[in-house]
Amino acid sequence: MVAALTRVFGVHNIALAEDVVQDAFCRAMEVWKFRGIPENPSAWLMATAKNRALDVLRRQRTARTSAPELGRLLESEWTLAPVVDELFAPNVIKDDLLRMMFSCCHPRLSEEAQVALILHILCGFSVGEIASAFVSGHAAIEKRIQRAKKVLAGSKRLFDVTLPADFSARLPAVHRALYLLFNEGYHGASAESAVRAQLCHEAMRLAAILLEHPRGATSTTYALSALMCLNAARLPARVDASGKLTSLFEQDRLLWDRKLVLEGLKLLELSASGSELTAYHVEAALASVHATAPRTEDTNWATIVSLYDTLMTIHPSPIVALNRAIAVAQHEGPERGLEEIDAIEDRKRLSAYPFYSAALGELELRRGRHETAREHFRAALALARNPMERRYLERRMNACERDDSQHVGFYEEFQNPPLAFESCLQGVRRS
Amino acid sequence: MSEFTFLFRGRDTSASPEQMQKTTQKWVAWFKELNEKGHIKDPGHPLEPAGKVVMGKQKTVHDGPYAEAKDIVGGFTLIEAKDLSQAVELSKGCPIFEVGGSVEVRPIQILNM
Repeated sequence: MVAALTRVFGVHNIALAEDVVQDAFCRAMEVWKFRGIPENPSAWLMATAKNRALDVLRRQRTARTSAPELGRLLESEWTLAPVVDELFAPNVIKDDLLRMMFSCCHPRLSEEAQVALILHILCGFSVGEIASAFVSGHAAIEKRIQRAKKVLAGSKRLFDVTLPADFSARLPAVHRALYLLFNEGYHGASAESAVRAQLCHEAMRLAAILLEHPRGATSTTYALSALMCLNAARLPARVDASGKLTSLFEQDRLLWDRKLVLEGLKLLELSASGSELTAYHVEAALASVHATAPRTEDTNWATIVSLYDTLMTIHPSPIVALNRAIAVAQHEGPERGLEEIDAIEDRKRLSAYPFYSAALGELELRRGRHETAREHFRAALALARNPMERRYLERRMNACERDDSQHVGFYEEFQNPPLAFESCLQGVRRS
Repeated sequence: MSEFTFLFRGRDTSASPEQMQKTTQKWVAWFKELNEKGHIKDPGHPLEPAGKVVMGKQKTVHDGPYAEAKDIVGGFTLIEAKDLSQAVELSKGCPIFEVGGSVEVRPIQILNM
């Protein structure tokens, strides 16, 4: 809604657009208290916001502060209402979302700021919600968003999605932001699974909007959507009934969302149309191998290892190498896995990453070295980033005590580190 | 059965959107419950916080009411209840108390003939 109104008022007037939405929302809340909530609340809100926008525009007409793109159309009463009506038509709103999505991925903004801005403006998350999703301070997020909005306002007008060259130039940044948004939900630090699922769904919704645009529906966008669907399909099984993280190996695969798996596979097929092969393609392929294995034992580890090999050539990173080593261990035994980990070039950069130590612990446990395993899990525990990870690692540590040879396997954190860890890696790189 | 009005005063202007949504849901639930028990004569309406006040023989028109948020009537509802004490009991379910508001319960004056 803010996206639509920003088009009406101009990008330098985001605050006004937000005020109008806020006002419409408050009014609706008051009236609905007494008269009940209507069948289609969002349509009501939209209509209310539209009327408020008309009021504001009428009041401001002489001031000419509105969208330069629409110029004079908003200045005459003859054209004002029809133009605003048109701007609020469902298909136009989709374009507005797209325009705003591209605007938010402004090259002058850091990736973290882009994601925060998308969440705030396009997904309607409050500062508090974003702060809790990123496990960050309220003030820090507020500042980040304020600063980002200023940059956006400075750009004078919204991104023009009708210019093919600009569109393709900005598209990778949009992919990246949606990918990070999804990962923040999938691996992020928020302990509330509801928050996390919401982040994933928002990323998928925005990716779907991108797919609907002729220039947005590239092979890479298909790959990105496929990877989101295939991973999201596992969301219902990732946290068990008691709120405990479960690894890929112990998940109840019957809980996986079959519909999303099928959707993901279809998208993956569509992504194969071009000659382009991106990390998203490979990650989607990896997710599809897991998603189509009825049991852990049925997983085709050889394929997984070779996919990681490909990923290493496109996007080499110690985390990808670590996950490759884990796949090798699945395929050829824990000793081989440990060798591979040993051979990771810039292994030092993984030292702050809890699941590096956890992987070592897991492999040592498998070859029966309980004491060593326990030490690794203890080290991992000290690095845990949130209560869910902490509980998971404690559980693994206890498994060493119990002389528990039954291995539940690795925490399902694949090649895509969440934002928080990405910046932690960068910190290591800098020092 | 007698009729009463509930006059609601006070609203929380600092609530976040999520809190507002929750509050609205509580109100809706409360109205639903009263309605199912046959106590709602008319759900009434919320009132805009400001309008005009016309006063005195001169009928002077003022902006207003200028009072503190907690004293401004924010809405009204018509209730059917056995007697005043039952109406008071019914009012106690109102979510407005959670935000420090009040409900004024006033019997509608009628002439028994």
